[in-house]
Amino acid sequence: MTVDSTDVDVAPDDDPGSSPEPSLLEEVAGTRSGLMEALVVPVLAVFTALVVGALVLVFTDPDLWEIFGTGEWFTQSWDSISGAYSALFRGSFGSTRAISETLVAASPVILAGLSVAVGFRAGLFNIGGEGQVTIGGMTAIMIGIKLTAVPFPLLALLALIGGIVGGAVWGGIAGLLKARTGAHEVITTIMLNFVAAFLTLWLLKTDFFRVPDRQDPVTQSIDEGAQLPRLLTFIDPQLRVHAGIIVALLAAVFVWWLLFRSTIGYQFRAVGHNPDAARYGGMRVAWLYVAVMGVAGGLAGLAGADTVQGVLYRGTPGFSGNIGFDAIGLALLGRSHPAGVVLAGILFGALRAGGREIQASEFIPIDLVSIIQALVIVFIAAPALIRGLYRLRPSDEGPTQLTKGWGA
Amino acid sequence: MGGVVATAAITSSSEVVRTPAELRRAKILGIVYLVLGAFVLFVFAFGVEAGSTASFGLSRPTDTFEVPAAEVPARAFTIVIAVLFGFLGAVQLVRGFGDKANLVLGGVLFLFVLAFLTWAAAGKSFSMVGMLQATLVQAVPIALGAMAGILCERVAVINIAIEGQLLTGAFVGVIVGSATNLWIGLLAAVVSGIVLGWVLAVLAVRYLVDQIIIGVFINIFALGMTSFLTSRILVEIPDLNNSQRALPIKIPLLGDIPIIGPVLFNNNLFVYVMVVLAVFLQWALFRTRWGLRARAVGEKPRAADTVGINVFRTRYLNVMLGGAVAGFGGAFFTLGSAGRFDENITVGLGFIGLAAMIFGRYMPVGALAAALVFGFADSLQGKLAILQTPIPSEFLLMAPYVATIIVVAGLVGRSRTPAADGEPYIKQ
Repeated sequence: MTVDSTDVDVAPDDDPGSSPEPSLLEEVAGTRSGLMEALVVPVLAVFTALVVGALVLVFTDPDLWEIFGTGEWFTQSWDSISGAYSALFRGSFGSTRAISETLVAASPVILAGLSVAVGFRAGLFNIGGEGQVTIGGMTAIMIGIKLTAVPFPLLALLALIGGIVGGAVWGGIAGLLKARTGAHEVITTIMLNFVAAFLTLWLLKTDFFRVPDRQDPVTQSIDEGAQLPRLLTFIDPQLRVHAGIIVALLAAVFVWWLLFRSTIGYQFRAVGHNPDAARYGGMRVAWLYVAVMGVAGGLAGLAGADTVQGVLYRGTPGFSGNIGFDAIGLALLGRSHPAGVVLAGILFGALRAGGREIQASEFIPIDLVSIIQALVIVFIAAPALIRGLYRLRPSDEGPTQLTKGWGA
Repeated sequence: MGGVVATAAITSSSEVVRTPAELRRAKILGIVYLVLGAFVLFVFAFGVEAGSTASFGLSRPTDTFEVPAAEVPARAFTIVIAVLFGFLGAVQLVRGFGDKANLVLGGVLFLFVLAFLTWAAAGKSFSMVGMLQATLVQAVPIALGAMAGILCERVAVINIAIEGQLLTGAFVGVIVGSATNLWIGLLAAVVSGIVLGWVLAVLAVRYLVDQIIIGVFINIFALGMTSFLTSRILVEIPDLNNSQRALPIKIPLLGDIPIIGPVLFNNNLFVYVMVVLAVFLQWALFRTRWGLRARAVGEKPRAADTVGINVFRTRYLNVMLGGAVAGFGGAFFTLGSAGRFDENITVGLGFIGLAAMIFGRYMPVGALAAALVFGFADSLQGKLAILQTPIPSEFLLMAPYVATIIVVAGLVGRSRTPAADGEPYIKQ
């Protein structure tokens, strides 16, 4: 009963919002209607996370413990909070340079967020972004340091493609394991993250990547021809924003087209919606899993290439910088829609850029940003918390469940 | 020894009917044994200098009785192992080992490691006792993390937040331990684990949030919070990051036994608790009413509810118990070793715990065994650096994760998950 998938009557522009049953998008986000409705919970989630972050800030300051409860405490606490959050804003949107830094931080997380979003749409939880980012980055470095004979635009492009291929292979392993053996992608991608991390640690020490005459685990710098060009150096040579943000936006458009305008994207969403029905409809679900994980891995790999070619120009231990984990919160916040992911990516990029400013000028550890991001994740995933807190009309949404067991 | 196992297995397997998948697996195993045998022969046996001996230290100067080091003729010993592998592989291909297959597999892996060690230590000396004890210590957070996972997954709540629970336990343990004493610090670590378990349970059971997402949330939050507080408080007030430590307790008489004594009976509290807890939980899960109910909730919550088991309460209780175990396990990183906390001190061991849980087939004793294997791999890579073998330590560090992928994929054995794992229960 294997019908070729192209024989199935496909409505490629079928909007998931109009289907009577909740699509995965709605399961992720709990939206049924309207742009306003779609924005209320995310905006309140971010706001609440910032408020809780402020409370954490105040209650963990040893200097404030001694004067707790006094009027002085209130004024100093307020100073502390306003100082931190104005630094956050200053570092993210306060100047041309800050905006440039926000976009620099946003481009890889947008790409990694798109990776997780594609997975969510197809009912797969790609928790392996971190590994795919690392492998993609290493592939891009390999091309960037070895094919130096190739001239600029071509080499940069080749390295980007290399990143996509590296990530796609790494993600594809998880897809293949799921397709062939039923191994749950959450477990395999978690394990592959660590395999990638140790593999990279080893690669950094090999003569192939290492700088000659140096013992520390740092790769040679990629050729200038592989670097993504900076966009705004004509305004100020300090501005680091590079072509990666354009790559990220193009990738978002591609993902939108793929998911909502292409046959295979329709199949992705169909599998995410109901794998049994998709199989009954003649789709080869097992191979769709491989394709989904390949695409998701490719996007995460591109995020790795973007980081390497746009900012670092070389590989160091842990150069992926948790992009793959930030991406999960980002995809949730962006409701697994490419446009939402771009907006959420700019927000997360702003948090990263602003977090550095908080650390530099207010001496507050940048880990505050992780706390805020974690809270955003939980408030988005448990909208009932937000609705309860703000006395919003309870919606008829179903539970936010993406994964079903993980064994056989 | 292998020959006895082999002949016993042949007689028992002759009338067993096997499915195609099992046959394929048996064939793969047979080929694996032959390949391993060839590997041992060509790499290990011919890789050592003829006539060199590997010296395995079996006691340390501080031990009560001194045992002379075992001197193993490297080439002869590895050739014997290679020949044995060839024989086992041939038997596996022709007849199979029936229900002894896993035993043989375990034996082969053990001998392979022994051959490897002989090769690595040829012409040098190597403290076997030291490595075995390091194995036991390395296994502690992995095993306790795995048991925390088992307590949750047996009632069908996925817990990938083990890492975050360990990290929080380590942090809270050291702060409270520094401010008061070791025991209150331990208690505080356990309580912090229970709190995180409660968060997991509330979000999973009451708010029906996707359990993987809750795990991601707890992990990111715990890492962010502990790192934030470390730079903010512990750096400012270093007295809060300097606690009493749990010192090794030598068990009288048993601790004096040669070889076994120093390895097993001269450890700190955490090692003893790990072993006792594994045995206790194994018994409790499979031999008590509590265990039966918990497993029923994990396999068929609707049926369990029908016969009057409170599904929600069982899940809350077990997930919080799991948190308690993880909190205690986390305290090992601080109170059980250095007495101080550093950012991300758990370095992903919580995820190896997750792996050990799956590898140990969701059984406490199995998880302990898996944790010991992973702990062995970890202490081995530490020793290999000293022996200057050409094997990069990264590959040994990678081994637990690769092994888990292999098990999850069912390439060698299969780990069966509780049937309702990850599914929220909605009462009708």
